[in-house]
Amino acid sequence: MAKITAGVATSHVPAIGVAIDLGKTEQPYWKPVFAGYEYVKEWIKEQKPDVIFLVYNDHATAFDLSMIPTFAIGCAPEFKPADEGWGARPVPVVKGHPVLAAHITQSLIQDNFDLTIVNEMDVDHGLTVPLSLVFGQVEEWPCLIIPFAVNVVIYPPPSGQRCYDLGKALRKAIESFPEDLNVQVWGTGGMSHQLQGPRAGLINKEFDNEFLDRLIAEPAELAKEPHIRYVREAGSEGVELVMWLIMRGALEDDIEVKQRFYHVPASNTAVGHLVLENSSHSAGV
Amino acid sequence: MSTVKPYHDIPGTTIFDFDMANKGYHLNQFAMSLMKAENRERFKAEERAYLDEWAMTEEQKQSVLARDYNWMMSLGGNVYFLAKIFSTDGLSFQAAAASMTGMTQEEYAQMMLEGGRTPVGNLYKKESQ
Ligand SMILES: [Fe+2]
Repeated sequence: MAKITAGVATSHVPAIGVAIDLGKTEQPYWKPVFAGYEYVKEWIKEQKPDVIFLVYNDHATAFDLSMIPTFAIGCAPEFKPADEGWGARPVPVVKGHPVLAAHITQSLIQDNFDLTIVNEMDVDHGLTVPLSLVFGQVEEWPCLIIPFAVNVVIYPPPSGQRCYDLGKALRKAIESFPEDLNVQVWGTGGMSHQLQGPRAGLINKEFDNEFLDRLIAEPAELAKEPHIRYVREAGSEGVELVMWLIMRGALEDDIEVKQRFYHVPASNTAVGHLVLENSSHSAGV
Repeated sequence: MSTVKPYHDIPGTTIFDFDMANKGYHLNQFAMSLMKAENRERFKAEERAYLDEWAMTEEQKQSVLARDYNWMMSLGGNVYFLAKIFSTDGLSFQAAAASMTGMTQEEYAQMMLEGGRTPVGNLYKKESQ
């Protein structure tokens, strides 16, 4: 059977992608950011996941205002890196897993999560920057990826509770797939940042670290936090953090924290990163 | 029952809700059109003529011509859409964000290096006045 072994959370700041693509990772500004990802780059080589279910949001790239899905699952065999207005990132095409994606879609809809099914979609920095951070510059991504896009551009995004519950249903869906697969779930976006208005540049270290603590230790309580707390305290774009709750919901209650990293700034944003293993996986069960 | 909007007392922040999205529909779709290179060329060649192809209000067109991002947002613009305009101009996200705060890009970049804008005094309109 397929098994979820671990989760990864990370910010997906576009400027991080630019720094990687232009070879600036050793520069003094960027070095401390990338130092926080050295652990995961080694870890992923041992873990060798077959599939990553990658939760991210589209930033007015594939979806304009003509259609706004709250939860959209990518069911295609491949997804091209998007041209976000200055040419596509020089990264490999993302290969999907249509059979597992179809199974997850059917299971989640029958579990009352009404997903939008997407068969043609370019993927933006929200999805490709996390892949670059973990896998580095490669010819091909070493595993299959199911993109899962969450609306966080138009208010309101789905609630933290809805995201956490969806994560739980996702675990059930993935772990009822008959093929033996090592699956990871990633949650991306955040941490505190605001890109607009006179309050642009807001960073809230206290909020971010409390979020990390609670995501690890008491996610069911954290899921109850209303949107207003995120937008007020973590900034209008900090509300992306609800996506991390999908990842956490998909993991067991008992987890091992393999890496925790926090750094300010990357461009306008606070960078947060977690590597979490299911305890049963860490124990070799 | 009217829609609950508890976020109106956050200072210096426009939340892009469905009312703003309705107001800014054509402004944002215009911005989105700049994802295509041929449209960027046409816009750069004659901005006013290109804007006139869109069902935007005169004020929305003026806000674009003025590159006043706070003005555009008050008329329903969303920053991820408006990003296509400042990318067309060759501006970074940080430069555009700085322009909305009234700081120079250098001052803004320095604030970020020092840990960003503090939440203290910046969470409620009543405490920021
Ligand atoms: Fe984002």
